[in-house]
Amino acid sequence: MSESILKKEEKIALELRALYAKYGYLPYKMSKFEEYDLYASNKDFLTGDRVITFNDTDGKLLALKPDVTLSIIKNDVAAGDTRKVYYNENVYRISGETKQFKELMQVGLERIGEMGIYEVYEAVYLAAASLAQISKNFVLDISHLGVLSALMDEWIGIKRDPAFEKAAMECLAEKNAHGLMAVCEKYGVVKAGQEMLLAVVGAYGKMQVALAKIEPYCKGKAARPFARLQTLFSMLEKTEYAENIRLDFSVVNNRNYYDNILFKGFIEGVSESVLSGGRYDKLMERLGKKTGAIGFAVYLDLLEGFNEDKRLLDVDVMVLYDDKTDVETIVKAVNETVQAGKSVSAQKTLSGVRYQTLLDIRGCV
Amino acid sequence: MINVALPKGRLGEKIYDIFEAAGYECPSIKEPNRKLIFENEEKGVRYFWVKPSDVSIYVERGAADIGVCGKDILAEYEPSVYELLDLKKGVCRMAVAAKKDFYDDGRNTLKVATKFVNCAKKYYASKCRDIDVIHLNGSIEIAPILGLSDVIVDIVETGATLKENDLEVVEEIFPISARLIANKSSFKFKTEEIETLMQKVSALIG
Repeated sequence: MSESILKKEEKIALELRALYAKYGYLPYKMSKFEEYDLYASNKDFLTGDRVITFNDTDGKLLALKPDVTLSIIKNDVAAGDTRKVYYNENVYRISGETKQFKELMQVGLERIGEMGIYEVYEAVYLAAASLAQISKNFVLDISHLGVLSALMDEWIGIKRDPAFEKAAMECLAEKNAHGLMAVCEKYGVVKAGQEMLLAVVGAYGKMQVALAKIEPYCKGKAARPFARLQTLFSMLEKTEYAENIRLDFSVVNNRNYYDNILFKGFIEGVSESVLSGGRYDKLMERLGKKTGAIGFAVYLDLLEGFNEDKRLLDVDVMVLYDDKTDVETIVKAVNETVQAGKSVSAQKTLSGVRYQTLLDIRGCV
Repeated sequence: MINVALPKGRLGEKIYDIFEAAGYECPSIKEPNRKLIFENEEKGVRYFWVKPSDVSIYVERGAADIGVCGKDILAEYEPSVYELLDLKKGVCRMAVAAKKDFYDDGRNTLKVATKFVNCAKKYYASKCRDIDVIHLNGSIEIAPILGLSDVIVDIVETGATLKENDLEVVEEIFPISARLIANKSSFKFKTEEIETLMQKVSALIG
């Protein structure tokens, strides 16, 4: 009874918290507000550039937090230490679909500390396990900005140009091969560079199959990050989620904050990605911290109504009474129904409530 | 089953012909009726006719797996979708047009009338030009003639309408044509079906 009252996304939140706790992540409760300065100085890290601000009683400018990661990582972690936390918080952002502020429920985890192959593997594995809790029909797309960056340095034959990179990244995010070629022409990318970028756009799907498509290009600077990605994939292929985890370079993000692995999770039947994460060592560096960090968030609000049976009834029993009904009779009727394990609503009118059984005690004295 | 949102009108009909030639026919679509949804179970395809500017919404929200819409709509609304193919149909351009004798000396805020507010803002922001955007829903060409705006930002196909109203293109912003788009999530779960369709359609458009 009590479990059936929980909505699907609430149940998932509880399951995810249990999952993260099992792997040694500690709960982290934070304040709803944060000083605006924190967001102002890291604006590009946020998904949108708008936050809801207000003045505290002392005049300080505060914001309703649009993001959880920044609040967690601003706390100091001593060099060599590891901090593993999970959270279940609401954030306030402009929704991509409605373009209006929305309260969004997130569950996620962050791991701060030295980053080796195991640490990355664990975060990716838990991201896949999080999606598996929601549905067995999921895909976790992984991309690697380190590989992408090295490939660009190695092949495009032009100086690093932020305008080119921005335009190229947008095309990659859209799997827009024709647009990417037009951008390459505009900025004078050499033929071999164009071929490499086309291979990158087409490199998606099963891990080893997709890796093989870019392998011929992963020489020089790209060899090392590619080898690390290969190692990670060979570890992930041994897990129960091998079929669900894929390579896909359309997962991109701001290179000022991310320079390594990135991932996004999709559930069949939900039109947007429900999980997003990655390794954000560069953000740590910008905040003056010499340590690595990885994390992800599951957007639970997107799961509202997902796979939920349509409720056909509001209550099991409707107790209908009137002014003449003895109050003791109403109490008795309600108590007996509740004790029988059924839900009940005692009302004077039927007023559009959907019920299975009607217990009409009007006029009973 | 792939759900396809097609733009109502001439462009949509042209695109359907390509899909039909690619082996995704749905003969009932050509019957004279007011139905908006057509399905061919055997071919695994279901078409919807929707307003051209709504195609990207149907696709972004996953009501359609794929769809066809102009680059103008994608640039204006910036939906989070995959842009898989340039179908090379409905070719035109987004352009700035003004009266033939117009000269922008840059001294005053430029008044820009347009249906494409986002495109206009982005274009002038890239040039650091201060503008006053006037959002209109149609007959944009009248705006400069009546002094409502200095210039317009609009789609130009042959330029005939501009010419008839004594206007001319002064700057081109970007080329436009119909694009095949896909919902990001649908693409993950119907990858093979969408890729096959893409390859067949791509072979036809060359």
